[in-house]
Amino acid sequence: MIPEIGHFALILALCVAVVQGILPIYGAAVGNSALMAVAKPAARGQFLLVLTAFGCLAYAFADRDFSVLYVAATSNSQLPLHYRLAAIWGAHEGSLLLWTLILTIWMFAVTLFSAHLPESTRSRILGVMGLVSIGFLLFMLTVSNPFERLIPAAAEGRDLNPLLQDPGMVIHPPMLYMGYVGFSVAFAFAIAALLGGNLDAAWARWSRPWTTVAWCFLTVGIAMGSGWAYYELGWGGWWFWDPVENASFMPWLAGTALVHSLAVTDKRGGFKVWTVLLAIMAFSLSLLGTFLVRSGVLTSVHAFATDPKRGMFILVFLAIVIGGSLALYAWRAPRVGLGGSFASVSREGMLLANNVLLVAAMGSVLLGTLYPLFLDALDLGKISVGPPYFDSVFVPLMAPAIFLMGIGPLAQWKKASVPDLAKRLRWAFGVSVVTAITLPIVMGNWTPLLSLGLLLAIWILTTGVVSLRERLAHVAGNNLMERLASVPRSYWGMQVAHCGIAVFIVGVTMVKGFETEKDVRMNVGETATIGDYMFRFDGAQDVVGPNYTAARGSFAVSRDGRETTLLYPEKRRYTAQNQIMTEAAIDPGLLRDLYVSLGEPLDDGAWSVRLYHKPFVDWIWGGCFIMAFGGVIAISDRRYRIAWRRQEPAVPAPTRAARRKVA
Amino acid sequence: MNRFLLPLSIFIVVVVFLGIGLKLNPREIPSPLVGKAAPDFSQPQLFEPTKVFAPADMKGKVWLLNFWASWCSGCKTEHPVLMDLAKSGYVPIYGMDYKDQRDEAMTWLSRWGNPYPIVGVDDAGRVGINYGVYGVPETYVIDKQGVIRYKQIGPLDPDTVEKKIVPLVKQLEAQ
Repeated sequence: MIPEIGHFALILALCVAVVQGILPIYGAAVGNSALMAVAKPAARGQFLLVLTAFGCLAYAFADRDFSVLYVAATSNSQLPLHYRLAAIWGAHEGSLLLWTLILTIWMFAVTLFSAHLPESTRSRILGVMGLVSIGFLLFMLTVSNPFERLIPAAAEGRDLNPLLQDPGMVIHPPMLYMGYVGFSVAFAFAIAALLGGNLDAAWARWSRPWTTVAWCFLTVGIAMGSGWAYYELGWGGWWFWDPVENASFMPWLAGTALVHSLAVTDKRGGFKVWTVLLAIMAFSLSLLGTFLVRSGVLTSVHAFATDPKRGMFILVFLAIVIGGSLALYAWRAPRVGLGGSFASVSREGMLLANNVLLVAAMGSVLLGTLYPLFLDALDLGKISVGPPYFDSVFVPLMAPAIFLMGIGPLAQWKKASVPDLAKRLRWAFGVSVVTAITLPIVMGNWTPLLSLGLLLAIWILTTGVVSLRERLAHVAGNNLMERLASVPRSYWGMQVAHCGIAVFIVGVTMVKGFETEKDVRMNVGETATIGDYMFRFDGAQDVVGPNYTAARGSFAVSRDGRETTLLYPEKRRYTAQNQIMTEAAIDPGLLRDLYVSLGEPLDDGAWSVRLYHKPFVDWIWGGCFIMAFGGVIAISDRRYRIAWRRQEPAVPAPTRAARRKVA
Repeated sequence: MNRFLLPLSIFIVVVVFLGIGLKLNPREIPSPLVGKAAPDFSQPQLFEPTKVFAPADMKGKVWLLNFWASWCSGCKTEHPVLMDLAKSGYVPIYGMDYKDQRDEAMTWLSRWGNPYPIVGVDDAGRVGINYGVYGVPETYVIDKQGVIRYKQIGPLDPDTVEKKIVPLVKQLEAQ
């Protein structure tokens, strides 16, 4: 009964979405405020309906209702409750439901925080989001219904993929989807602006916080996915340039460009057309990512279930949404106008260069991801594009972007002078170059990439210091504390996010330059040394988990004769599908991770063991979290809080009351 | 106007390719062995360990060589398809029990049914290496001259059998 309620709620949600997608947009076009007023209650109603459906599916999982096909396929009675609930998004159908739920959450948020928007704009935004939602609801109801029954019911479920039975995987997809789907708000703002023909600074100011929030979620989501791959896949890597990873990274690159481009549109009224295009691009890439992951056109280590019928549906949906919005762009954008002019050396110029580089990087990731498909479609053979391509294309594109990142915040709007910038930045440059060259030599391993990485990281930090000093000199205040407090939070947000990039670069550079790994056969009691650390293998015991049995190795790690830590890596066999999983044991640290994973059992209690010493690896994710934190600081800036507090009704109160009477 | 149409044009090209991509199978990996002579081997048989199973005995016949194992879940999926194909009598399917325990393999076949006239045992996986086996199940179509004509990676499904295997076998039989 409960699953049927969920199914029915989805059907109702589809009906509401159709209404929400058509009436308000039409109403805005003809200026009928009764039709426009439908948007808000429709969006809220849709949210409640999808939430109901989601709740029903959650109930089916909690209740171990194996008469629901999806529940039987992705959970098991032995699976602990928190993983049964996480199993809701453990496979295709449930992921879509989560996606749709998050879309409606964003819609609901728009209805809450849009009182200061003109009614026509708000109804267009909600209408566009409604149209997107129609696609996803239809997709679920036609080819991927999570509530499909399995009659007769299965006696036991097939269990959740053991790879996904992990706390990181519980939070990673919702975070990622919050980011992906969050770009739908910026997208809807852009489409609404194109439809209404009013692309102005106010439009950019409204879009900015939404875009930043989505960007923060996406940053955290990607970082968590990468962290998950690091400790769960058991080979110590943190990024593989896998199609599924690229699918999340491309919207991030476009979103990062969008965040910066919006700043220019907001402050200077420039880049309007470009900002609209980026907003369309960021969300289109999110949809494209969904297509790539869900249709199976590309193989991936993430190996999701694939079905050509679903692929066809998403492709048609993609063609309509993205094709439609790009056509609208081609039609309306030429009339928008260009905004203020600026010299090539100016803050605008640098942000534009930075945007072009980010988009070029995004394009090269897209090309690398789709290239095997292109060749195959043209019957030119099967190839796979791997890390060598991405590394060699990505680094040269990002290095100048990061270099500009240091200068940009110091350059004046409109026109800056090169000699002046050079004078202000000379000591930052000197410090960066000297440190970048000498530091690796001191650490005993000089390579060009190591130096480049350090150069960029230190450059970001030193230019940040220069920028902050100049900023403090210009703000009012008697002492340092007062001055620090009067610097706006949006500025702090930018600096913190940029520092996050520096931390991230340090992590990547140090891991690439100094990591060591060892594959060894270890007998009980034998030791192996890696870095300064000695690992003693104390044998492996059998342990029993809720839905698996495992061999748990124990390792005593010591440094200079003093015991540092004990590590217990496991080799698990999940009973439902008889799958083997490697559960690495990690001793995390600010300056290094120690990482042990069990290979294969050998004779006499010996095991093949893989040991890693990874310096600064946690800085990679730390940097991402700092970036996201910077975003959070930026949106707590006063001007947004004022905008929200001053919620002037868009339609004067008497008219509203009158309309209510008519309705 | 032109530059505003550029994103749309790029997108249309991408969509066309994605559309074609949907019809392709990314898991279909061409084997360098297709068109080459099937690597020779001589392995003990599963049910009669004293006898050997060798491709040389198959000269003049079109046959399938199916790598499987009792521990492989894809083989269980594929199994009914093999049973149907064996029953239809179009082509004999010979099994190669890949990196498996002999008793478990025999229990598996007696429990689910045995589509193979003969099953060879490849407990060390050597034959698998010579045939370039990526993972089980894998199936090879071998012609009268002992040349590999087709390789299926992963489970056979009724569609592939009907549209690829059976027509290919008929054509090879006619040669």
